[in-house]
Amino acid sequence: MASNAAAVAAPRPLGVRAPVVQGLATMYLGFVVLLPLAALVWRSSREGRHGFWQAVSAPEAVAALKLTLVAAVVVAAINAVMGTVLAWVLVRDRFVGRGVVNALIDLPFALPTIVAGLTLVALYGPRSPVGISAAYTRGAVVLALLFVTLPFVVRTVQPTLLELDREMEEAAASLGAGRLTVFRRIVLPNLVPAILSGVALAYARAIGEFGSVVLITGNLPFKTEVSSVYIYGQIQSGAPGTAAAVSVLLLSISLGVLLLIGAVRRWAWRHDVG
Amino acid sequence: MARYALRFAGLSYLAVLLVAPVGLVFWRTFEHGLAPVWHAVTTHDARHAFWLTILIALIAVPANTVFGVGLALAIVRRRFPGKGLVNAVVDLPLALSPVVVGLALLLLYGRLGWFGPFFERHGIHVVFALPSMILATIFVSLPFVVREVVPVLREIGTEQEQAASTLGASSLQTLVRITLPAIRWAIAYGVVLTTARCLGEFGAVSVVSGHLVGRTETATLYVQDQFEGFDLTGAYAASVLLALIAIATLVAMNAFRPKEATR
Repeated sequence: MASNAAAVAAPRPLGVRAPVVQGLATMYLGFVVLLPLAALVWRSSREGRHGFWQAVSAPEAVAALKLTLVAAVVVAAINAVMGTVLAWVLVRDRFVGRGVVNALIDLPFALPTIVAGLTLVALYGPRSPVGISAAYTRGAVVLALLFVTLPFVVRTVQPTLLELDREMEEAAASLGAGRLTVFRRIVLPNLVPAILSGVALAYARAIGEFGSVVLITGNLPFKTEVSSVYIYGQIQSGAPGTAAAVSVLLLSISLGVLLLIGAVRRWAWRHDVG
Repeated sequence: MARYALRFAGLSYLAVLLVAPVGLVFWRTFEHGLAPVWHAVTTHDARHAFWLTILIALIAVPANTVFGVGLALAIVRRRFPGKGLVNAVVDLPLALSPVVVGLALLLLYGRLGWFGPFFERHGIHVVFALPSMILATIFVSLPFVVREVVPVLREIGTEQEQAASTLGASSLQTLVRITLPAIRWAIAYGVVLTTARCLGEFGAVSVVSGHLVGRTETATLYVQDQFEGFDLTGAYAASVLLALIAIATLVAMNAFRPKEATR
């Protein structure tokens, strides 16, 4: 058949016609994501260099940013340890209900952040039934961030741990290495890229978090106010220029972390191959 | 025993951080039986809030699914200038604070924004109305389908598609009969994640909606308003309903994931 012969001679482009797919998809991305961000950057630049600097160096803005970055570091560090422990327990340990625990890890991803905040207020708020009130303290900020970032390290370490060859550990053990030595010298080095990648994801999430912190922290300026809450306050009080400037700063930090994640992944990939 | 110590540490961390707070809210909600809960989630404002949340998800999820698959196809199968940028921008919503997203939309469509005057002249309400809430939700839930579909597209390669094309299938036939069936579980998983994100969105919608009770208030905003208005029963009941949706999402996630792994 002639039509078949023609098709063999000149195979058509794969999938839908190329320009249509990439054109529409890219336009959608530009319209949904890039255009609003361009408006944000434009608005912050309208303040001029001086205005921008004034906005981001206002004492309340600086206090909020400091708290955000420090709390995120604390949260990332706790996640690095507890996330690895949880991943270890889920992969290497055997106990009844392991499947349920494994499914529970994803709950913070699925639960709306405001609901996460509400549950924390219920247990650790002013009317706490256990008598622990963390409300309106910096501890509450850390607690809320820990809740929402719980899955990141567990979910990046778990697959690596599953794939890890047990023979190396057995060889080390048979040569007389203690449990701790095996973990420190054999297991941990293999997990480092996964832990770092999970920690970076948790960090990026933590510095932008809003919904889970608004209820329990009380949003006290200079004390428990994080950057996203500060930006929210500036929008509500009719200072979009200030809000835009601080937003651009926060956005650049997130972007930096995102690039770092990419670098860590490439580094890990090269280690895997080499 | 080190094993038991680790198990104890991991599980107690989970209990203190996650299980106890969520469990307490469930217990507090159903403390006085089902009737007050039912009453609290069927008030006019609550019903409207949940309906609005569902409506927004009904628009945002299909949009992000169709364009998400398109974006994944473009990223994996095509070469075009700016592809690296597209790849990076797709992940951007995951790293942005939802408040910043809301502000960016305000500055684009608001009264003083680029498009604000245009819409105002034509009497179209974007900000503090449904359109901006939909745009905000689409923005924050954009990456999920793309990120689930991209690795699967890479993995399946182009051999089958090339074979189909060689045998005379049109590009549309190749897409519908070869490519889409191969990535259907990845799409399903992505859709579940997108839906969860849409139903739970709070920060971005909070900025662009203006919190107009009974008009631009979604389920998550309703939770906040009830809590701050000291209607704990209402806040808890709506939260539990949202949490039940989240748990259903978890079940769906677990149902879709193994198939993906063994495929």
